[in-house]
Amino acid sequence: MTGPATLPDQPPEQDPPLPETRPHLGHALASEWTKMVSVRSTLWTLGALVLLVVGIGLLAVGETNDPTGFTNPPHTAAAVFGLLVGQVAVIVLGVLTVTSEYATGLIRTTLTAAPDRARVLTAKYLVFAAVAFTVVSASVAVVGIASMIAVDSPQAHQTAGEWLAALTGCLYITLLGVLGLAIGAVVRHSAGAIAVMLGLVTLPPVVGGMLTMWDSLTPLGNLIIRYNAPVAIMQMFGLPTSEVGGLPGNWAQLALIVAVAGAAVAGSYAVVGRRDV
Amino acid sequence: MIEAVGLTKRFGAKTAVDQLSFQVRPGHVTGFLGPNGSGKSTTMRMILGLDQPTSGQVTINGRPFRELGNAQRNVGALLDAKAVHGGRRARTHLLSIAQLSGIPEKRVDEVLAVVGLQDVARRRTKGFSLGMGQRLGIATALLGDPRVLLFDEPVNGLDPEGILWVRNLMRQLASEGRTVFVSSHLMSEMALTADHLIVIGRGRLLADMGTQEFIAHNSAGFARVRAAGNDQDGRKALAAALTAAGGRVLQEPDGALRVTGLELPHISDLAHGVGVRLWELSPHRASLEEAYMRMTQSSVEYTSTEDPRAELWEPDPLALPAWEDGAAAPEVPQDGFFAPPPPGAGGKPFLMPGSAAELAGTAGTAPNNPEDTR
Repeated sequence: MTGPATLPDQPPEQDPPLPETRPHLGHALASEWTKMVSVRSTLWTLGALVLLVVGIGLLAVGETNDPTGFTNPPHTAAAVFGLLVGQVAVIVLGVLTVTSEYATGLIRTTLTAAPDRARVLTAKYLVFAAVAFTVVSASVAVVGIASMIAVDSPQAHQTAGEWLAALTGCLYITLLGVLGLAIGAVVRHSAGAIAVMLGLVTLPPVVGGMLTMWDSLTPLGNLIIRYNAPVAIMQMFGLPTSEVGGLPGNWAQLALIVAVAGAAVAGSYAVVGRRDV
Repeated sequence: MIEAVGLTKRFGAKTAVDQLSFQVRPGHVTGFLGPNGSGKSTTMRMILGLDQPTSGQVTINGRPFRELGNAQRNVGALLDAKAVHGGRRARTHLLSIAQLSGIPEKRVDEVLAVVGLQDVARRRTKGFSLGMGQRLGIATALLGDPRVLLFDEPVNGLDPEGILWVRNLMRQLASEGRTVFVSSHLMSEMALTADHLIVIGRGRLLADMGTQEFIAHNSAGFARVRAAGNDQDGRKALAAALTAAGGRVLQEPDGALRVTGLELPHISDLAHGVGVRLWELSPHRASLEEAYMRMTQSSVEYTSTEDPRAELWEPDPLALPAWEDGAAAPEVPQDGFFAPPPPGAGGKPFLMPGSAAELAGTAGTAPNNPEDTR
């Protein structure tokens, strides 16, 4: 370690003084962006996501020898297999965005530098959502376009509506990550928040199926089977999903996750704003 | 200027900080002393708005921390050297904190140079030693060139060169008119660094005074007087004469007496007066460390208990039954290695036993239990 230098408070050439103005959300966004791109966990989770979606997607495209395989589902459907696993990576990144600060104690440094906790939390939500949505949709787009090139058949199709539905699916997965971030902000522990999120994503199909075994609970079971994350994602990517007829529309599925994530986000603002750190 | 008024923090049934009121003035290094668990860090967290006080309030330059316009321009703090993401590089860490207040990137390189970390700026902080972590934390505190600085145990883990550097940095920051508030439990360090001391124990204010004043009040010297041979009667006569003349007397196990409140020549005269020859009459000055230990001994949070194999222990030298009557030296803590307090320093603002009876009950029974002396 080199010896200490003198304080640069009176630098030789007169620098402009540091800003005195009240910092705004833009500053927090820049900070969160720096934080997100400067740790390896971001690279690992997003890398895993891209690898899963694009890798499995291209594999699926390559194995679809029969051009008629794409008559019903659109090109982007090939991405769904990777996404069903890749959503976990998005969730983990969402959770880690906030819990890594609590785990290391960095949150105290952050909130000492920026006492307005809502500003910091908002920046976290925005930066994470933008990054996750961009990466997920880009991966899906790669798979869709690769499929369009590889499967050259007049029957294969991808209408604007189907692109929009795929984009809705990407938004759905992003919102799962936002939900993970909100839960991470409330429980403050990486493992705990990830466990909760995995339960939320993987349990409903099982529980729903289990409930249909009892006649009195069958309607509830069917409801759960129709409204859960894997089913919603498959549906938005145009795959026929359930034998329990009467599937809700894409917008109903999206509205549900928006409501759940929204409530969790609101709760996280209330808790983080009040709690001692 | 930091001003706390009636600051109180309870965690469940435990009161971590109890009705704390103090001021930290600009232009001085103010030391914040207290045993482990005395509430120093909690107080600092409340100053920084991280913890909400149960009651009372604390302001920085007249405003609560969370209402400051630009926090980093006003207050810089080092709370915990390990409060960084180990996977992030030192420079990126500082940059992400600087960006929160729109502080330009150039300033990041400046503070890295100030703390001497420019060569490891691009290393991940996971591999940093505790000393490097402290330097990084100090760099974080300096980012906004703030008017108020708080440091929680800044010299922990630093080598002697680093300790000297921190000491000079604190003094320089204060000489520039900033408010510098440094917590520590290293007495010797504080004696060299701080102009003013705030001492707390069990969350309560024990002392708020200048360092020199603190030493003068609390670390009085004593005179050791040893009567010739094993002259029991002579020793008793001497002690009686010394007590009658207004001194305070404690007996050491080997028969020597510790005397305060009397000048050495006067002690000699008194000994001559009662016809006792002296083998020793020597002055002893106590240190700030001793003063601090005596002041906080009743408020130490984590104390060792009696070892079951106590037969291996030396007997507590001053815990022998007091042979002079209790009223002669009511406020002498008989359970330590310390000099009796000088006359006039007793009572406020120290936490001393309320009555002689309380003390007498503790002298022989549980010298290590702080509860009993309160």
